[in-house]
Amino acid sequence: MRPIDYTAAHDVKGALQTLAARPLDSAPIGGGTNLVDLMKIHVQNPALLVDINGLPLAEIQEVEGGLRIGALVRNSDLANHPLVRERYPVLSEALLAGASPQLRNMATVGGNILQRTRCAYFRDISQPCNKREPGSGCGAMEGFNRMHAVLGTSAQCIAANPSDMSVALAALDATVHVSGPQGERTVAFGDFHLLPGSTPERETVLRPGELITHVSLPASRFAARSRYLKVRDRASYAFALASAAVAIELDGKTIKDARVALGGVGTKPWRSAEAEKALIGQPADEVHFKAAAAAALKGAKPRAHNAFKVELARRTLVRVLALAAGLA
Amino acid sequence: MARSPLKGVEDSRPGGFACMSDPKQPPHGDGAEREALSALDDGKTTRREFVGTAVVGGALLATGLLSLPANAKGSAKAPGLEGPPVAPVPLRLQINGKEHALEVEPRVTLLDALRENLGLTGSKKGCDLGQCGACTVLVEGRRVNSCLTLAVMQQGKQITTIEGLAQGDALHPMQQSFLAHDGFQCGYCTPGQIMSAVGFSREPWGQTDADIREGMCGNICRCGAYPHIVAAVRDGRGKKA
Ligand SMILES: Cc1cc2nc3c(=O)[nH]c(=O)nc-3n(C[C@H](O)[C@H](O)[C@H](O)COP(=O)(O)OP(=O)(O)OC[C@H]3O[C@@H](n4cnc5c(N)ncnc54)[C@H](O)[C@@H]3O)c2cc1C
Ligand code: SF4
Ligand code: FES
Ligand code: FES
Repeated sequence: MRPIDYTAAHDVKGALQTLAARPLDSAPIGGGTNLVDLMKIHVQNPALLVDINGLPLAEIQEVEGGLRIGALVRNSDLANHPLVRERYPVLSEALLAGASPQLRNMATVGGNILQRTRCAYFRDISQPCNKREPGSGCGAMEGFNRMHAVLGTSAQCIAANPSDMSVALAALDATVHVSGPQGERTVAFGDFHLLPGSTPERETVLRPGELITHVSLPASRFAARSRYLKVRDRASYAFALASAAVAIELDGKTIKDARVALGGVGTKPWRSAEAEKALIGQPADEVHFKAAAAAALKGAKPRAHNAFKVELARRTLVRVLALAAGLA
Repeated sequence: MARSPLKGVEDSRPGGFACMSDPKQPPHGDGAEREALSALDDGKTTRREFVGTAVVGGALLATGLLSLPANAKGSAKAPGLEGPPVAPVPLRLQINGKEHALEVEPRVTLLDALRENLGLTGSKKGCDLGQCGACTVLVEGRRVNSCLTLAVMQQGKQITTIEGLAQGDALHPMQQSFLAHDGFQCGYCTPGQIMSAVGFSREPWGQTDADIREGMCGNICRCGAYPHIVAAVRDGRGKKA
């Protein structure tokens, strides 16, 4: 790790001022499980770390039947919170499917949303990578791309977004609350992450010097029927090959409303309006689950080693829809 | 440090508790197991380096589980620190019920501060990247990877390491249980396994063996001692200290 300066902030205003004074070479640190990792391998090299763990952003509050979740809430605390377990089981399941218990005890909500891709070329500074070093090329495109995305890719980057929690947040219509030098703003979760396009180095709409302060979830009608399913190379402690977060509302046997998001296969947490459209108003059965899965993967662009992900994601979605509907 | 991306893909290799597909049974390491349990590491660099790089690094690399960080082979004085030294800052850490004053650079991890500055070498360095669990300690009673947090960030928190578990000569029940069930072979991962198991005992999980495997998934044992570790954790969990 390269030399750094360190300072601890005690309120949001102070943190923003410290970050604003060094806009080009400072970074906030939450749990550090992604940032310290990437600093050790020289992928991220901030010269000043602003420790935000002292900010009063570690609470989960009930607001208008929904939840307001502070950016510093630890992943394990969020997963085990009684209201999350009861009303947003998909979020609890997604969190518990991510990383290891030790990492979840450190990882924060803000840091998890902002975690970088696990693309091995991105993580190896001896390799070309447009995301790490714009214009240097992409080692994965013609390389070993088994773990990479099939949805939302571009000619510049095919890296998968690795966050499990974000897939659930995408399905739950979350809102991200941001504070910056210009004040506060809110961003719909679906608009927060950017597609790689020709600027894969820009991953979210967060501007330098801005902080995520909260995430909010609207009241959910889906509590009883929301699930997360993650498929990976070993039974646990591995990133997703494919995952799906779904929430459905049933009227008898008919699907009244549905939310579908995919993980492991998209360059961002992948909400699928097409799959939702294919489900709403239809009977909850395998025929329509398969139609939804086909719709979700319709635009998939597989590369040499990750073509299997298209079928895997389809089956994952069919399976989790059956679980949510109580048919499996 | 040109590592092949193919070797660096920690995500796509089998291993850990929940798969237990490859239980290798190499001969028992002599002495290292005792060291892990009682944390009586004498601090001899040669032995630590041997265990650290030759056994864990080598074997995990061979099985493709881990990529070896460049500094695992580096000088024992300042692991992971590159470039000219920077002015250290004074810190106070609460470890195993005692306050320790030290001076380290802000970039020093909790793991390196424990091992290199305070001589508490019970916590082991395996991957140094949050992937193996060998460095697990308790912070405020919760298990975390000490390699991914900076020492400067843990001031004011109560830290417990493997050295702090025993009460005098009386081993912690989880240490006893690992001994009773032969929950180790070379012993390198064992301090992390035990600390993780102690943290796990306080978490809201079920009691099944499947829960134990999932709950212990952040700790990788290259010797494949998993069946005995599962038995040790199952037994040790009921006897909280
Ligand atoms: C071995 C391993 C396995 C893992 N497996 C999984 C997995 O299966 N699934 C999964 O989803 N994740 C996995 N993770 C990733 C883990 O979940 C993330 O590292 C973690 O969630 C990041 O949170 P953090 O608080 O530690 O972030 P940090 O490392 O503190 O920060 C990450 C980034 O966000 C910025 N940041 C942090 N907080 C804020 C804020 N409030 N406002 C603005 N910027 C902020 C930082 O500057 C940094 O750029 C794994 C990690 C490891 C090391
Ligand atoms: S896929 Fe994206 S992150 Fe990976 S090497 Fe290519 S440009 Fe970099
Ligand atoms: S040394 Fe491997 S997880 Fe910390
Ligand atoms: S690594 Fe040898 S006993 Fe686990």
